[in-house]
Amino acid sequence: MTASVLGPGHPGGTAPEPADAPRVLHSAGAPSDRVFRGLARGSGGVVLGLMLLVGVFLASRAWRALAVARWSFLTTAKWEPDSHHFGIAAVLTGTVLIGMVAILIALPLALGTALYISEYAPRRIKRGLVSLVDLMAAVPSVVYGLWGVFFLQGHVVGLSRWISQYFGWIPLFNVDGVDPHDPLATSTVYTSSTFIAGIVVALMVTPIACSVMRETFAQAPGGEREGAFALGATKWGMIRTVVLPFGVGGIIGGTMLGLGRALGETIAVYMIISPVFAVQPHLLQNGANSVSALIALRYGSASHFGTSALMAAGLALFTMTLVVNFIASSIVARSRSGAGTEA
Amino acid sequence: MTDLLGQDMDNHPDKAGPAGGHGPTAGHGHPAPAATAGAGHTAPGQPSGAPAAPDGPEERRGTATWHARDLLSVAGAAVAAVALTFLLFGWIAPFDAPLGFVVVAYLLFLGVYAVLVSFDENPVAVRDRVVAVLWQSLATLLLVVLVFVISYTLWRGHRALDHLNFFTQDLSTTGPLQPLTQGGVVHAMIGTLEQITIALAVTVPLGLACAVFLNEVPGGYARLVRTVVEAMTALPSIVAGLFIYATVILILGYDKSGLAAGLALSLMMLPIIIRASDVVIRLVPGSLREASYALGASQWRTVLTVVLPTARSGLTTAVILGTARGIGETSPVLLTAGYTASVNKSPLSGPQTSLPLATFFMVASPQKNMIARGFGAAALLMALVLLLFVVARIIGGRGPGELSRAQQRRRAQASRRDVARMSSGTGPLREPRQRPGRRPDRRPVPVPAGGDPHGRRGRSRGGTRP
Repeated sequence: MTASVLGPGHPGGTAPEPADAPRVLHSAGAPSDRVFRGLARGSGGVVLGLMLLVGVFLASRAWRALAVARWSFLTTAKWEPDSHHFGIAAVLTGTVLIGMVAILIALPLALGTALYISEYAPRRIKRGLVSLVDLMAAVPSVVYGLWGVFFLQGHVVGLSRWISQYFGWIPLFNVDGVDPHDPLATSTVYTSSTFIAGIVVALMVTPIACSVMRETFAQAPGGEREGAFALGATKWGMIRTVVLPFGVGGIIGGTMLGLGRALGETIAVYMIISPVFAVQPHLLQNGANSVSALIALRYGSASHFGTSALMAAGLALFTMTLVVNFIASSIVARSRSGAGTEA
Repeated sequence: MTDLLGQDMDNHPDKAGPAGGHGPTAGHGHPAPAATAGAGHTAPGQPSGAPAAPDGPEERRGTATWHARDLLSVAGAAVAAVALTFLLFGWIAPFDAPLGFVVVAYLLFLGVYAVLVSFDENPVAVRDRVVAVLWQSLATLLLVVLVFVISYTLWRGHRALDHLNFFTQDLSTTGPLQPLTQGGVVHAMIGTLEQITIALAVTVPLGLACAVFLNEVPGGYARLVRTVVEAMTALPSIVAGLFIYATVILILGYDKSGLAAGLALSLMMLPIIIRASDVVIRLVPGSLREASYALGASQWRTVLTVVLPTARSGLTTAVILGTARGIGETSPVLLTAGYTASVNKSPLSGPQTSLPLATFFMVASPQKNMIARGFGAAALLMALVLLLFVVARIIGGRGPGELSRAQQRRRAQASRRDVARMSSGTGPLREPRQRPGRRPDRRPVPVPAGGDPHGRRGRSRGGTRP
């Protein structure tokens, strides 16, 4: 299309006549091309329509529930839609807490792995490492969930107990109904907690954050790297002064992309937590909840109105992940490192 | 290094021969002959009291970044840290947690390593080494956990996978208490295959067409579509399932079925595949397109014969990785497929189980054998994902411009033959014998896949050869 337009359209510098009227450009190609473009536009339209349908449908169905609940939707912790007494205060808090735990664990892991792969790893094994990290993103969430329930849960309880014993004075790490000095205390109060779910979700989001970070680190300009080395910097000095400042957009953006995925994660969380419908800020204590786990838990027994209420919860979750993802991609795109990605 | 030595030799014109390369800047080696140690050797790097080294040709320096001393200090620090922790845990303090042992040992390792390095190096280098160890251990930790998660599933699953009936029977007549020699997950395998086929039948044509549209018909409309698609990648998979549940099952009144599950998977996979393919097609060099237009090709023919073949490897990877994501997704299937323990070959009617869903339901049982079956299904799923992943890497793991090993070998062989032919000077006579040998080098497939610079170079070399 562009090529056929550009062909003879440019006036040469040799033409002496002063008045050069703008020419009409004909770009209508062969009929086959018009069919092709029509088909392409059509497929774009189908996708657009499908996606808008999802959004509009969610919003319209959610509206029915929101019109009943109004602002109490954000402040109620209970979920009893049939008596019109429901809200997402508990599940939203739980979702955010799980996401925060996940990101706090995933950030150093992803950063360390990305730096190692892009800066330290020998060239021979670099591709293998990248493949492994990509593979980690493709491991089904049910597999992570199995690992979390059957292995991690039994082994992390000791750590939970230790943290609550020594840092219990911080409200977040407090565990109700437990005497830290009782050696025979049962450990079930530490299972199925936000903390354990957060660890498992961290493993699922680390590869996403890691690959975004690695790609921005790899784009750090070679000239600046060599300049740092030429000034006598050690490798860490070079990373600190060139790679990290250059890749800061990638670090923030990758972390937020990971957060977006962490907020929407369902099955692994659902398998691990034991759901409670109260705002539960104690990370280490048994009982947690998240919006997606709520939907998976209640969709089957929901009435017509109950489904609308679940849609409203889903819409709230979608809005949250959407905002997080848009901020993330705009940070990645605006940072200096995003400048070179447009081919 | 050679530059340093070269300059050094320029500074000492009175020296002759290879022995004159002793460099004051290099810090070791000492020019012994007093006659040559003239004015030139009062360079600042040369301490006057340095011990005299024996004469002889200078040894070649190693340029390796790692030395035996580094390895020794790492190993020494590790041994010291473990021993200290043992002492601490066994004799001094009443600690017993294995996790605590590892953490304390690691912290001690960092400390001891820093001390060991500080014997040889200045503080800046010490910081450099310690930080390097820190990043490497974080990366190692992540990879160890990954390998552990995968092998744990496979290991717990092998008890069920050992029995062949696991692949040939369903669970319709098998209770939770019955031994593993009865029952299997063939119903879930059939369900997974059919659902992912439905999802691929929807997403591959639509996704690829949309990705082509985003790149070939640019404009405001395409930008809008791209933005919406990007927004939809944020759609949580459970919400996709909820949408299909509310529309197909509640409003249209169909049963929970494999078709509904396939549609939910499509809705989830579509934005992923569109985005990945969009990125791949965007990387097709514009010069290739323009060359095609300049030859008079129409737009759809350019797309068909230039753009898509060039991006083929990347597009395949995008589709396979999207499949791997979709095949392991549980939450949309949970809402739409229903659960059954018997084989249901028809995706149009009745509930149909898939592997992740079967895993999810089976491990919820308190019975040991049922949990083992759940792990077996998870291991099967994991093996499927691994297989897809390996296939994706084989097909499209190479970046643009990279050649596979076989292609590299063929190129090297071809150029060796060319050298032999040119140096023997009997080119025209042997022309007929050369032709079959040159073919691999001229094949069109690796050239477009090779990206812009390499592709063009490869092709022009093939074209201009006599």
